[in-house]
Amino acid sequence: MTEHTTSDLAIHAVGLVKSFGANRAVDGVDLTVRQGTVYGVLGPNGAGKTTSVKMLASLLRPDGGEARIFGHDVVRESDAVRRRVSLTGQYASLDQDLTGMENLVLLGRLTGHAKKGARHRAGQILETFGLVEAAGRQVKDYSGGMRRRLDIAASLLNAPDLLFLDEPTTGLDPRSRAQVWEIVRALVAQGRTVLLTTQYLDEVDQLASRIAVIDKGKVIAEGTKGELKASVGAGAVHLRLRDAVQRPEAEQVLALTLGAEVQREPDPLALTARIDNNSVNSNGDNNGDGDNGGDNGEGGAAGRASRALAELARRGIAVDSFSLGQPSLDEVFLALTDRKAEPAPSGARKEAAA
Amino acid sequence: MTTATPGDLAGRKDELPPVSTGPLMELLSMERPPPPGPLSASLAFGWRSMLKIKHIPEQLADVTVLPVMLVLMFTYLFGGALAGSPREYIQYLLPGVLVMSVVMTTMYTGIAINNDIDKGVLDRFRMLPVWQPSTLVGHLLGDVLRYSIASSVMLVAGLLIGFRPEGGVPGVVMGVLLLIVFAFAFSWVGTMFGLLVRDERTVIGASMTVIFPLNFLSDIFVDPQTMPGWLQKLVHNNPITHVASAVRGLMEGRSPGTDVLWTLGWSVALVVVFGSLTMKLYQRK
Repeated sequence: MTEHTTSDLAIHAVGLVKSFGANRAVDGVDLTVRQGTVYGVLGPNGAGKTTSVKMLASLLRPDGGEARIFGHDVVRESDAVRRRVSLTGQYASLDQDLTGMENLVLLGRLTGHAKKGARHRAGQILETFGLVEAAGRQVKDYSGGMRRRLDIAASLLNAPDLLFLDEPTTGLDPRSRAQVWEIVRALVAQGRTVLLTTQYLDEVDQLASRIAVIDKGKVIAEGTKGELKASVGAGAVHLRLRDAVQRPEAEQVLALTLGAEVQREPDPLALTARIDNNSVNSNGDNNGDGDNGGDNGEGGAAGRASRALAELARRGIAVDSFSLGQPSLDEVFLALTDRKAEPAPSGARKEAAA
Repeated sequence: MTTATPGDLAGRKDELPPVSTGPLMELLSMERPPPPGPLSASLAFGWRSMLKIKHIPEQLADVTVLPVMLVLMFTYLFGGALAGSPREYIQYLLPGVLVMSVVMTTMYTGIAINNDIDKGVLDRFRMLPVWQPSTLVGHLLGDVLRYSIASSVMLVAGLLIGFRPEGGVPGVVMGVLLLIVFAFAFSWVGTMFGLLVRDERTVIGASMTVIFPLNFLSDIFVDPQTMPGWLQKLVHNNPITHVASAVRGLMEGRSPGTDVLWTLGWSVALVVVFGSLTMKLYQRK
């Protein structure tokens, strides 16, 4: 459309607060989302994701802080915001008694199309989303995947510049999830912005270019996937021995060469060590230079891991299998929500501003 | 519904073709039309109410079967005792029972709104750049149709068993119109409950607590003259009494000016008080 803003930010929120009674559901959330990207908001149930999204989408008035969508204030200019955004909530928000077609025609008329135009647009959408056959059926007879698809389709009726997807794949089967992902990718390929909340890490891993991790109403970490992973550690070494008797000795070797905490797995042959970027190869003393590069060179994870292997071999400890991996976002998430009382180890993490 | 496993691809009922990105591009590149005005938005929501009636015609039982039952029941139950014969009693009773049924129907506006919130549809509607109360007005438009159906059905049933209004067609039509105006205003009590309480059952409970005593502590069933003085005072100040008297007067061919004015006054007051309370609650949601 013709509205132009001076910045290229789709979302700019500072210090959003929302309380329900004594419960501070959102407690000072800052978010900055650039246009044309997928932004992931990750957090467990009850972290404040939905409440944050509702405030950004102008459905809930914040108790504190402010948010601008394409430069428009969500409270004072809610109509301007609403013209350019759509929200697909956690539960399909369509009229279950009406057919798919009727739902879309209704929404078409409510976005300003004349009756005929609304029909045309509804038909176009049903076709694009492969729902023509289901068009005449009541939405309550749709499967979960179809309903979610129609819901997202309905959200595209106003050709939004920014789409909020609040847990769009919760409760969907793997196939339907993949289809939702496809739609998100297609949208961003068209230069639209998507803000996605989820409790599934693989979802943000697949889709988002930047991620905010929310817990207890606060942003506890923000950055690119790589930054978030690096902030937790360069990776984890998984080791499987041939002989369980040698495990205590192997544990010692790993602790010494990797300078990392070593965990005994339930499997009596297996050991796991998480390598921290900042730890060096002996006694865990910290060089503190915030090197996030991680996986090559002397102090890098791979270098340290190969030294550990050599040391194991020298001592005659037979190794059955060995792997070094980047931490999964799962590990990142657990680490973040566990340790957030500690100061941030790298620039990628930040404590939520009050 | 079967849950999918990656291997389970054959013959799935909800198998959906992939989303085509070419058409998606076209879809997104449209010019946004200007948002609709309050009237078009309300009419679109009214159309939604009609569609709901079309899809779930059984919900019309409340405005067809129940009212007829009430007419028959009260006419034959009380007729002989109160007026000498059912035929004589129905001349007095029918306009009142009409008021009673329609006022009871107003409860459904609240239930419908409560359902919208519950199902999350309201959130979608509130994201639209339209005059916000139009959702509620749309429901009320649908309900006006319901009131008209209830009134027609009861009048037909009454005529069949001997109701002969002296006001003729004009009197009856004016009576029904006045009742619909009042019911529209009274609906805002239901919408307020619909926004205020958590679930459908509580909406029904709360509405009945208001509607039941109002209906019975009125002159719908008997002339208040035989009641004790304190009760007469109550009955004469009950809005339902004014509405029932006005409708009865119009249908009997009298010109019940005072009662009509009272009815219109009550209607304005209801819209002002409960309409604005509803709007306040709606905005806060």
